[in-house]
Amino acid sequence: MSAFLALLRRDLRLALRSPGDSATVLLFFVLAIVLFPFGVGPEPQMLARIAAGVVWVTALLASLLALERLFQLDAEDGALDLIVLAPAPLEFLVLAKILAHWLTTGLPLVIVAPLLALMLQLAPEGYGVLAISLALGTPSLSLIGAIGAALTLGARRGTVLLPLLILPLYIPVLIFGAAAVDAATNGLSARPHLLLLAAILAAALALAPWTIAASLRQAVQ
Amino acid sequence: MAWAARASPLPKPPGLHLRRYLTRWRTDPFWAVRYLFADMAEFFGEALVCVRGERQVFAGVEFRLASGGALILAGPNGAGKSSLLRLMAGLAPAAGGVIVWDRTPIADDPDAHRARLHYVGHLDAVKPTLTVAENVAYAAELRGAPAARPLLAQALSRFGLEALADLPARYLSQGQRRRTALARLLAAPGELWLLDEPTLALDAAAHDALAAALATHRRDGGMVVAATHAPIALADAATLDLGARR
Repeated sequence: MSAFLALLRRDLRLALRSPGDSATVLLFFVLAIVLFPFGVGPEPQMLARIAAGVVWVTALLASLLALERLFQLDAEDGALDLIVLAPAPLEFLVLAKILAHWLTTGLPLVIVAPLLALMLQLAPEGYGVLAISLALGTPSLSLIGAIGAALTLGARRGTVLLPLLILPLYIPVLIFGAAAVDAATNGLSARPHLLLLAAILAAALALAPWTIAASLRQAVQ
Repeated sequence: MAWAARASPLPKPPGLHLRRYLTRWRTDPFWAVRYLFADMAEFFGEALVCVRGERQVFAGVEFRLASGGALILAGPNGAGKSSLLRLMAGLAPAAGGVIVWDRTPIADDPDAHRARLHYVGHLDAVKPTLTVAENVAYAAELRGAPAARPLLAQALSRFGLEALADLPARYLSQGQRRRTALARLLAAPGELWLLDEPTLALDAAAHDALAAALATHRRDGGMVVAATHAPIALADAATLDLGARR
């Protein structure tokens, strides 16, 4: 547990002291959404119709931005060797890294998303569900994305390979996330969609650390 | 016969280690007997083969270390010094042969092996935005040792870093970064030290500090394996010349 906390604390410190990565993600998210009304026109009905999808697609693309560096910096300066050689289980330590990554790149998106949805004229019933769906969905994105980041570690075309590898796996999260908000704004229950998002998160939480730990062990060989 | 072919030094009657016994009896007829009654911590490797990217780096490498022992890995660039260290650390599996700690192959109990070793690679793994003290404390906590202040302060002062403790590591010189990496050895316990070019960029004072740390560690029963080109102050250390083998 002390190793888990040490790694979590270190990654949060690193993110706070060089906030560039987290800021890039947040800035991309805000700017991309701000541009949509200019592109599709300012009619409230139109914007309200696409709001959920736009927020979710942009969140998904934004979360891709910081993924590549998730393990790369540690691999480049040898810190990954120390993590792999730590006596604590690597699967557990990997979770600390992903938690830190989500806290610094996913959580800010969850917090600003309702504000941006306001700008997109999302119906009032949708805000709570949007925040909940993002809060359930973005950790899954971080977990699934980390698999791709670990697999493409050391690959020369990692930047191209990573999205190709993980975007197909992101699609279920996107579908149920956007559908939950749509259901809420259309007066239906968002519960089934949110439960499915929670199920995806539970599955990712259980399976991703093993996959990531295995690919990291491969990468340091 | 699978049981004979498997190079596993589990404590079985000597007769079961048929193949190993047959290859060894010529030079050391009582090896199996000595082996069964040895009570010291022992770290050895046998018939090691290392393959990197389809190229065989070395084959048939052997080493043996007892408590308090030291081994220097020598050889030209590309002879496999770093690769052998990584095999010893369990970072990479050997393509052939076996590495054993106290009669258990390290591949059979990787958790216990990781808990006892310190690895200082040729990269310093020092984060530029963290301070020197944070870099060292993090590494100690990662190894499960709560970063006790006295121990941390001692580790820093042994390598002359106490004045730099609160300085972000990006302002350090290369030698100071190397000293930060080495200070980690003292901040958390570890029986086996695996050092890759530990003296790189070190000045004379840091050299002496490292020599003193190594001597203390060995006096306490620790083992040291160092891959190096530069002469390093390790009293009566065995030398394994990987370059001479080819």
